[in-house]
Order: sequence, then structure tokens, then C-alpha cells
Amino acid sequence: MADAAFLALSVITIGSAIAALELRSLIYGSIALMGTLGGIAGFFLLLDSPFVAMFQLAVYVGSIAVLILFTVMLVKRELIFKKVEDKRRKFVGIALMLVLMVSLGAVILESGIKEITTDEPAVDFREIGEDFLTYYWPALILMGLILSGAVTAALVLARRVDEENDQRVN
Amino acid sequence: MRKMTNELTEFVLVSVALLGIGIYGLAVKRNFIRMLFAIEIVINAANLNMVAFGRFLPHSGGQTLALFSIAIAAAEVAVGLSLIIVAYRMYHNIDIADFRSLKG
Repeated sequence: MADAAFLALSVITIGSAIAALELRSLIYGSIALMGTLGGIAGFFLLLDSPFVAMFQLAVYVGSIAVLILFTVMLVKRELIFKKVEDKRRKFVGIALMLVLMVSLGAVILESGIKEITTDEPAVDFREIGEDFLTYYWPALILMGLILSGAVTAALVLARRVDEENDQRVN
Repeated sequence: MRKMTNELTEFVLVSVALLGIGIYGLAVKRNFIRMLFAIEIVINAANLNMVAFGRFLPHSGGQTLALFSIAIAAAEVAVGLSLIIVAYRMYHNIDIADFRSLKG
């Protein structure tokens, strides 16, 4: 049976996920998204994975959410509050969401995962470090390359070409 | 180490709820930034699933994969946000309906 911490985290996570998508202001929406990401970090703590929880807090709440906030602030004021929505599309979206939730939920409840319980101790984070440096080292190097490539691509994309300077050169 | 009081099913059901909300956001919203929010929610639902299964098996693979996934999601957000900035500079809008001329 779920305990109180689990229920509170579920309410915070799912509620702020809905708020992130439905709040009128994008700034409040991104703050609500921080709530969702923080709630997921709480779930990781409940799952005895403090290392992943700290990583989630540092990367998602610490950097991604702040990056999104800064991008929102770069956008014009009217666009932050503008909400264009097609009523019919919204109903179709809600129907799609409910069908997905009910069907997947039914499959999960009917499947055998209800019987999976564990009394074994959680995986130690030292084991994860060992895994990273032994079994997964090629993937780790590849991930480093992908990250540096993505950040360079992001910088190149967002670079502002100074038109005045270009004219002077030409 | 304490005994797990919550069942695996409960974590998976929360993850399904988050997936549903994310799919709804992707289907309904036309704002580029909100679609990015929806993608983030879906990725987090997947991460929660991985860590939950990793805890109940128990196997270190779940947490390792979740760490990889979080790092790749960070790269994806950086590129997504820079695309938003470029599109906003070109169209002065963040409504994806206005970006139709981007298609080849």
C-alpha cells in the first residue's frame, strides 16, 4: 500500500505537470515544470536511488529549468501570455490521453508485475560508478562527444550575426 | 536498508499518468516552449520507469540508463531552446503553425 510520502509526491508531480501545460503564463508554467522535475527526484529518493535523485536535481531543476526560464524571458511579453487553442483539438487530446492512460493502466494491472516485490538491499552507488568505468565506458565517451557536439551546435544555432559588422566587412 | 513500502505497480502507474499528460501536451499545444515541456514530462516518465524497475529487480542497469537518459535530455533541451530562439528571431512568434514554411 502506498505511504503518505508517495501520495504527496504523486499529487505534486502530476498536478504540476498539468499546471506546466495549462497555466496561462509561460513563466509560471516553467516554475510548475520545476515542481514536476523535483517531484520525480523525490520518487528517485523513495526508490533508494539518491545518486540519480541528486543528478536529477542538479541537471534538471538546476540547469534545464533555469535555461527554459531564460528562454521564456527572451520571448515577447504578449507571446508569454498568449494561449492559442483549438477547442476540438483539445477534446481530441483529452480523449487520446484518457484512452492511453486507461489502456496502459489496464495492461499493467493485468500483467504480472503486481507480484514483483523485493526485500533485497538497494543497488549501491559505488556499483554504478564501477559499471560506468568498466562495462559502459564506450557509451560514456560517446555521450561526452554527443554532449559537446550538442552544446556547440546550440551555440552556433543561436549565434547572432551582427549585420552592421557584416556590411562593414563587405 | 529499509524495506520498500510501495509497490512497483504504483510507480509504473504514476509514470503512465505522466506519459498521458505529455502526449496530451504534444497533441494539443501549439506553443513551441510548451511542447518542449511536454517532451520533458515524457522523458521523466521513462526515467521513473527505469529506476523503478532497476530497484525492484534489483539491478544497477536501471539507474545507469536513467543517468545516461538525463544527460542526453540535457543536450536535447539545449538544442531545442536554441531552435526556439532562431525560429523566434525569424518569425517573431513561437506558434508552430507559423513555422510551416520551414518544411522542405
